[in-house]
Amino acid sequence: MSSQLIFYILSALSIVSALFVVFSRSPIYSVLSLIVCFFSIAGHYVMLNAQFLAIVHIIVYAGAIMVLMLFTVMLLNLNKSTEPHKTNLTKIMAIVSGGLLMLTLLASIKAEKLGVYKAPEVSDIGYVQNVGMKLFTDFLLPFEISSVLFVSAMIAAVVLAKKERN
Amino acid sequence: MDPLIFKIILVLVMFLVSLGIAAYSTYAERKVAAFLQDRIGPDRAGPFGLLQPIADGVKMFLKEEIIPNVSDKWLFILGPSMFMVTALMTSAIIPWGMPLEIGGTKFNLQVADINIGVLYIMGVLSLGVYGIMIGGWASNNKYALLGAIRASSQMISYELAMGMSIISILLISNGSLSLNAIVDGQKEWHWNILYQPVGFIIFIICAFAEANRTPFDLPESESELIGGYHTEYSSMKLGLFLFAEYINMFISSAMIASLYFGGYNFPGLEYLSTVLPNNVVSFISVGALFTKIFFFIFVFMWVRWTIPRFRYDQLMRLGWQVLLPLSIINMLVTGGILTIFN
Amino acid sequence: MQLTNRSKVVVHKEMNWVEKLYLPAIFSGMFITIKHLFKKKATLRYPEVTREFAPVYRGMHVLKRDEEGRENCTACGLCAVSCPAEAITMDAAERKKGEENLYREEKYAAKYEINMLRCIFCGLCEEACPKDAIYLTDRIVPSDYSRGGFVFGKDVLVEPVDQRIDISKRKKDYSIVHNN
Repeated sequence: MSSQLIFYILSALSIVSALFVVFSRSPIYSVLSLIVCFFSIAGHYVMLNAQFLAIVHIIVYAGAIMVLMLFTVMLLNLNKSTEPHKTNLTKIMAIVSGGLLMLTLLASIKAEKLGVYKAPEVSDIGYVQNVGMKLFTDFLLPFEISSVLFVSAMIAAVVLAKKERN
Repeated sequence: MDPLIFKIILVLVMFLVSLGIAAYSTYAERKVAAFLQDRIGPDRAGPFGLLQPIADGVKMFLKEEIIPNVSDKWLFILGPSMFMVTALMTSAIIPWGMPLEIGGTKFNLQVADINIGVLYIMGVLSLGVYGIMIGGWASNNKYALLGAIRASSQMISYELAMGMSIISILLISNGSLSLNAIVDGQKEWHWNILYQPVGFIIFIICAFAEANRTPFDLPESESELIGGYHTEYSSMKLGLFLFAEYINMFISSAMIASLYFGGYNFPGLEYLSTVLPNNVVSFISVGALFTKIFFFIFVFMWVRWTIPRFRYDQLMRLGWQVLLPLSIINMLVTGGILTIFN
Repeated sequence: MQLTNRSKVVVHKEMNWVEKLYLPAIFSGMFITIKHLFKKKATLRYPEVTREFAPVYRGMHVLKRDEEGRENCTACGLCAVSCPAEAITMDAAERKKGEENLYREEKYAAKYEINMLRCIFCGLCEEACPKDAIYLTDRIVPSDYSRGGFVFGKDVLVEPVDQRIDISKRKKDYSIVHNN
């Protein structure tokens, strides 16, 4: 019963904060409400007994990526007066791309079977040990490929930083 | 007794203890600074100036509250409150002592023994940046913004090396992330400092940087940035910022003690637990942990009044070019030795 | 010229790898500071404990009375003339009948003011005084909130009859015999 109540509160929080991200006038408030949204999603992970995923979600998204976003927004000093004027072409392009996204979403909802969704049994799969075992046995190849990807990104960053000296 | 009631009592006690220790850390800081400089320090409020923290608190509360006109009022208030909340959140997973026995059932002296343990600390630490950043930006002041940016980039940079040195700890303590298990694995004199001296040095340097203490107190360096991120703050909001820094120091000391110095363990604890009643041993173990914590709080102050502040590029070079590679090498060496000998 | 034996010549040599670690330097610095933890404190808890002054210390002035409680000063003005900072002003007045127990001689200072903000505590007024009237004591000039408060009049400077100020350390000897 109490877990159901917590679920409703978390869901309401995540939906309201996600809406606030889109509708807020000030970019700073958008970023901050996105952080709140991430937190409520992490709460959902905890409810599913996936503590590892929850804390990694907080460390990586709320702790690192959103700090960088906040950095950028704070340094850009975005005010209402500095908002650039948009041409008609940009507006049309925005409408087209927005409409395409809407179409994709509608199609995916239509493809999904609607009905009563049953929550999965609470399992131990979200614990650190189990996630680790899965990563290094069943999903070893994708894991290694993604780490190679990260290494290449890191090397690229180092090369770019080194170039500027000359 | 219901476990939930015990947990609530424990949370309240830890809350009060954290605040009390933070309050007396401000007094201790002034006293230690004075003693290291051949002075006496505050000694007018009460015997030996012991009431000084109360006097300071009253002063903070009664001072005029100034919120700049051009600032973002909500965020201006949110900043210090968030900093304080994140500082207080960390103490939840630290095991404070041996289990206490009340009415036949054993109660762990730990608020939450969660599966992810140490990762929780990293998560809360990374959130601590927000309080400073929001406060610094909302002040609408160049120096405050500069301080906030310095604080956040410094904390992100040093979190990496800190995480790497924690991984080496996890390697030698049976791979459990739970802080309770890590402390339990350091019985008697088998403290992690003996197996991880390099990791300890990396960790303590990163702890200094994370707590924004000298020699890494660039976010609030008064000679360059007036007051850094709390330039525009006054009254109790400034008090919250300063206070949360001392709570961070207390928690950092508790972390150093639990990860590297055996937490509540000390040589002879096993023998004591055979001759003394359980609850007495429990209190002795809590005392042992707090002795270690107080020692490290003293070390924090001792370093502050000895070593001058870094320059910002030196700080970044130390974090990225020295500590991070060193911690990775330390991790690889630890792993290599473990695979050879097991 | 070398004044002390503590001066050090700056050497810009390459650091070896031990020095580049900085840790030995940090530990030696921390050892130096911890030694100071056990040293004798230089601070005095001031109002309760006071520092002992040298006999030649020149502090706040006092206008002396003689043994019968009469003011010594005759308002001759030598102190004001000798004062390099021009801090002293006075008004002279003639002693009336019945005031013999107040003033030692026929002329006395009706007003005597020293501006403590101008005074440089050189002690020339004391040296110039022929009547043994003004002395610099080991008392400290108290602080004040306004400039006006630092102009000390006779009410502050003249010693009270029942609370004599001890100036025995600086008492002048008038019995100098000149040999020429």
